Amino acid sequence: MGDVNLSLLTDWVREFARAVGETAQYLTDLDAAIGDADHGINMDRGMTAVLGALDEAAPADISALCKQVGMTLVKSVGGASGPLYGTFFLRMAGALSADESVDAADFAKALRAGVEGVVQRGRAEAGDKTMFDALAPALDALDAALASGGGLAAALADATIAAENGRDATEFMVARKGRASYLGQRSVGHVDPGATSATILIAAAASAFATGG
Amino acid sequence: MKKLINDPADVISEALRGMAIAHPELRIDQTNRIVYRGDAPIPGKVGLISGGGSGHEPLHGGFVGQGMLDAACAGEVFTSPVPDQMLEATKNVDGGAGVLHIVKNYTGDVMNFDMAAELAEAEGITVESVVVDDDVAVQDSTYTAGRRGVGATVLVEKIAGAAADQGRSLADVVDVARRVNAASRSMGVALTSCTVPAVGHPTFDLSDTEIEVGIGIHGEPGRQRMAMQSARAVAELMLEPVLADLDFSGDDGVVLFANSMGATPLIELYVMYSEFAAILDKAGIAIARSLVGPYITSLDMAGCSVTLMRADEELLRLWDHPVNTPALRRGC
Repeated sequence: MGDVNLSLLTDWVREFARAVGETAQYLTDLDAAIGDADHGINMDRGMTAVLGALDEAAPADISALCKQVGMTLVKSVGGASGPLYGTFFLRMAGALSADESVDAADFAKALRAGVEGVVQRGRAEAGDKTMFDALAPALDALDAALASGGGLAAALADATIAAENGRDATEFMVARKGRASYLGQRSVGHVDPGATSATILIAAAASAFATGG
Repeated sequence: MKKLINDPADVISEALRGMAIAHPELRIDQTNRIVYRGDAPIPGKVGLISGGGSGHEPLHGGFVGQGMLDAACAGEVFTSPVPDQMLEATKNVDGGAGVLHIVKNYTGDVMNFDMAAELAEAEGITVESVVVDDDVAVQDSTYTAGRRGVGATVLVEKIAGAAADQGRSLADVVDVARRVNAASRSMGVALTSCTVPAVGHPTFDLSDTEIEVGIGIHGEPGRQRMAMQSARAVAELMLEPVLADLDFSGDDGVVLFANSMGATPLIELYVMYSEFAAILDKAGIAIARSLVGPYITSLDMAGCSVTLMRADEELLRLWDHPVNTPALRRGC
C-alpha cells in the first residue's frame, strides 16, 4: 500500500493526453524536420482513443489501467510510437499488481520496467537521439531523489528537469535510430520529437502528483 | 493545400470505399482497413500479406489479387498499420500453408509486424517475415535503422506472389522473396515535397531550382540537396550509387523499374527511362524486363525512383507469371 493509487495514475494519463493534444502541432513540426511529420498527429489520436476507452470502461485497478492504456495505444497509433508507448504501459502493467495502490519505490520500479520494454522493442541506446535519451536520465533522477528521502511529487519534479535536459541534449546528437537516422549529420540541430513527447509524459506525472499527491 | 478530398480525416476510408466499388473482385474490410482478394483464403496456398502507411498507392492495396498479395493493411498516411490489422489479415488469408509478411524496413513497420507475427504464432499460424531494404541512399550500418524499403517492394510482391500462386511452400516463397530483395537496389529523387492531408502544408521546403537526392517515400529529407539539372544528369546521379553498390552484370540482365513519386507525369518518366537505359547500355548491362509508372508513390511528390534487380531465369519466369490486380495485370 502507498501513495500511488488508481485516481492519481488516471490523472497522470489524462494530463498526458491533455498535454499531447496541446503540443500536437509542435511535435509534428519537430518530426517534419527530421522524420515524417506525424508524431503529434499519431500521439494525439492514440491518447484521444485512450480517453475514450477510459470513459467507456473505467479500469478496476492500477495494473488494469496501464494495460488498457498500452493496448489502446498499440491498437490506435501505428508507426513506431504505437509499439513503443504501448509497450511502455504494458510493461508497467506487468510490474504493478492488482493492489489498490503502491508506494513511490514500486511506482519507480514500474516506470523502469516500462522503459526497459521500450529499449527492448526499439533497441535504442543512450545517445541514439530517441525517447530513451529523455527517459533514462529522468528515471535516474527519480531514483536518486527517492533514495535521498524526498517525496514522490518532488522526485518527479527532479525527474522532469532531468528529462528536459536529456531532451535538449538530443539537439546535438546524430540520430542512430528511426527515420531520423537516414539523415546522418543533418539530424544535428533538431530536438528529437520522441524525446520531447517522453518529456511530456514525465512532466504530466509530476503535474498530476503535485496537485493530487 | 489544394487536394481533391472532403475532410483530411476521411481520406483513407473514402479511398477504400471507392476502391471497393471500382474493384468488386476485392473484398474490403472498412473497419480494419484491409483489402482482401475476394476468394481468400486459398486452401493450400501460402498467404501473402503486406501493408504500410497510406499515401504510396497503388502500393499495397492495388497489388491485391491473383499472382500477388492476398491482403494489404492500410495504415494512416505514412504511418504503419497496427498489429491488430495485420493479425486479422493473417488469420483470414491463412489457407493452411502459412503466411508471409512482406515488410518495408522502417522502424514502425518492423515493430508492428513483429508484434503481429508474435500474436499470430500464438494462435498457431506459421508466419514468416521478409524485410525489404533496397534503398542505397541510406548507409547500411549499425548507426542507422538500416536501408529503407522502397521500389524493390513492388518486385518482391510480384515475384513472391507468383511463387505462391504456383503452389510453392512457405520456405520456397520466403527464399524467392529474399533473393529478389538481395538482388535489388533503388535510388530516388524529389523535385518537390509532398503534402500530408492532415498536416496541410509541404513536409519540407524545396525551391524551384533545387532537387533533393536520396529521398525516401515519406517526404523524409534525402541525402543531399543540389541544383536542378537535366534528366540525363539526374539519371546519372541516381544510377551511379545503384551500380556501385551491386554487380549487375550477368547473362540474364536486369529488371529496370522507373517509378514516379506521384506527380511526375509518364512523359517525363519515359525520358528518365530512356536515360537509365542508355547508362545501362554503356555499362554493358542488358534490360531483361521493364516496369514504368507510378507504383510506389509519395502522395503528390514530384520526382522518381529507379530500381534495378539482377535477374536470373527463375526470377524472370516468375516475373512473367500471370497477375491480376487493380494496378498490375497481365496474362490473365
